[in-house]
Amino acid sequence: MSRNITLNINGAQHTVDVEDRMLLSDAIREKAGLTGTHVACEHGVCGACTILLDGEAVRSCLMFTVQAAGHEITTVEGIAPAPGELSVVQRAMQDNHGLQCGFCTPGIVTSLTAYLRDFPNASDDELKEALSGNLCRCTGYMGIVNAARQAQKEIQGSAK
Amino acid sequence: MKPAPFEMHLPTSVSEVVALLDEHGDLAKPIAGGQSLVPMMSLRLASFEHLIDLNGVSELNQVSVSGDSLRIGAMVRQSTAEHDPQIVKSAPLVAKAIPHIGHFQIRNRGTVGGSIAHADPSSELPAVALALDATIEAVGPNGSREIAAKDFFLSTWETSLIDGEILTGVRFPIWSGKCGFVVEEVARRHGDFALVGVAAAVQVDGSKVTKAAIALFGVGGTPVRASEAEQALIAGGISADLDAVGKLAAMNLAPSDDVHASGEYRKSVAATIVARAIAKALKEAQS
Ligand SMILES: Cc1cc2nc3c(=O)[nH]c(=O)nc-3n(C[C@H](O)[C@H](O)[C@H](O)COP(=O)(O)OP(=O)(O)OC[C@H]3O[C@@H](n4cnc5c(N)ncnc54)[C@H](O)[C@@H]3O)c2cc1C
Ligand code: FES
Ligand code: FES
Repeated sequence: MSRNITLNINGAQHTVDVEDRMLLSDAIREKAGLTGTHVACEHGVCGACTILLDGEAVRSCLMFTVQAAGHEITTVEGIAPAPGELSVVQRAMQDNHGLQCGFCTPGIVTSLTAYLRDFPNASDDELKEALSGNLCRCTGYMGIVNAARQAQKEIQGSAK
Repeated sequence: MKPAPFEMHLPTSVSEVVALLDEHGDLAKPIAGGQSLVPMMSLRLASFEHLIDLNGVSELNQVSVSGDSLRIGAMVRQSTAEHDPQIVKSAPLVAKAIPHIGHFQIRNRGTVGGSIAHADPSSELPAVALALDATIEAVGPNGSREIAAKDFFLSTWETSLIDGEILTGVRFPIWSGKCGFVVEEVARRHGDFALVGVAAAVQVDGSKVTKAAIALFGVGGTPVRASEAEQALIAGGISADLDAVGKLAAMNLAPSDDVHASGEYRKSVAATIVARAIAKALKEAQS
């Protein structure tokens, strides 16, 4: 069975024809052409496909596209404040060598953006635990943890 | 790694869900958070001709307190149950179990009802439901009924829900007085399913332990209540020999071997973490 639905991704409407069984991750990449959302394990473990659904970080490989109609989707392409600029989290990743090949990065940026918005005062252990849902095969994680710490400090500073 | 074809139905009420399940019989399956179901479909361990999506059924999202129990609607997200002040206050064991489930991105989508209906033997929430003597509410073709947690979990991924029935909510008794609630588990990595875990609650009055609830998970096809250990703890009071209580809890377990750990190892860990969990719970109750 397939149907025609409208997805709201990063504020733009994408009207797409999808099979009911199409995973949201596949529709984002193949139908909307937004290939920033990466796909690896396709069973919820690696975190590469994490997007924001109505602002909450979720695995796009564990949802069907038809379930996302009527919701606001934000992908990594929608995180920066303006073209050519970086968000606080993105800049922190760059400053701290939080990425090498970059495959895991979109999922980390979306996850951290939502997490630090909700828990700006998380402890260092909580921050590491929050990062545990994203696998990275390159960095050894220290760069990512340091990026999370820098972003957290900046977010705390701007809230004062 | 793609699910087999199916038709998705997007109902907005429980009665519509029940009618759809009735119409499509065995060919249909409800989908809640999808955090267990979608991986199984993608891995082609399961396939269905019809999926009935519960995400649009807002009447399943309610949290309420009535009398001495807290009711959590089936579709309440695990992340909501982790942080909701009413749940944290009235059913602390539920809130404390949830951080052990996967990662925050999984909990943002996974539901309380889905975890209990899925009945994975390594899952935290079924053990919490069993420990607290929760009541499971179900609606199906023959109307609604209530099922005691002790009668709900039959074996791995198998519950006493009948065909066409859905879980609509779970009622957890509210414990009053001086209580302690602890969930302890051993997993290979944080966020992995537990090798062995325990959900424990105690209520104390002076040097007496007036109530004790202990349920283990990851030790068989269903969560297991450790009634003898509970009795020993109540008999011994706050200075009970906790190592003995732990051993009693593990005594009759027969966990199986798998690639992650041997049954013997699980049994020995079970005794240790029960003792540890009770010690923490007693400390919390007395503080
Ligand atoms: C990476 C990862 C790690 C995880 N780690 C853990 C963990 O450590 N501990 C843990 O407990 N879980 C873990 N899970 C599973 C997760 O908690 C799921 O959310 C949960 O098991 C199922 O809830 P769900 O809402 O996603 O249900 P779904 O996946 O939608 O459904 C699961 C099953 O329950 C049935 N079902 C769902 N809701 C109802 C209902 N209301 N009535 C009748 N039947 C229903 C479905 O038909 C299906 O058969 C993990 C998942 C992932 C992807
Ligand atoms: S691709 Fe979705 S979590 Fe790995
Ligand atoms: S940077 Fe390569 S996987 Fe993380």
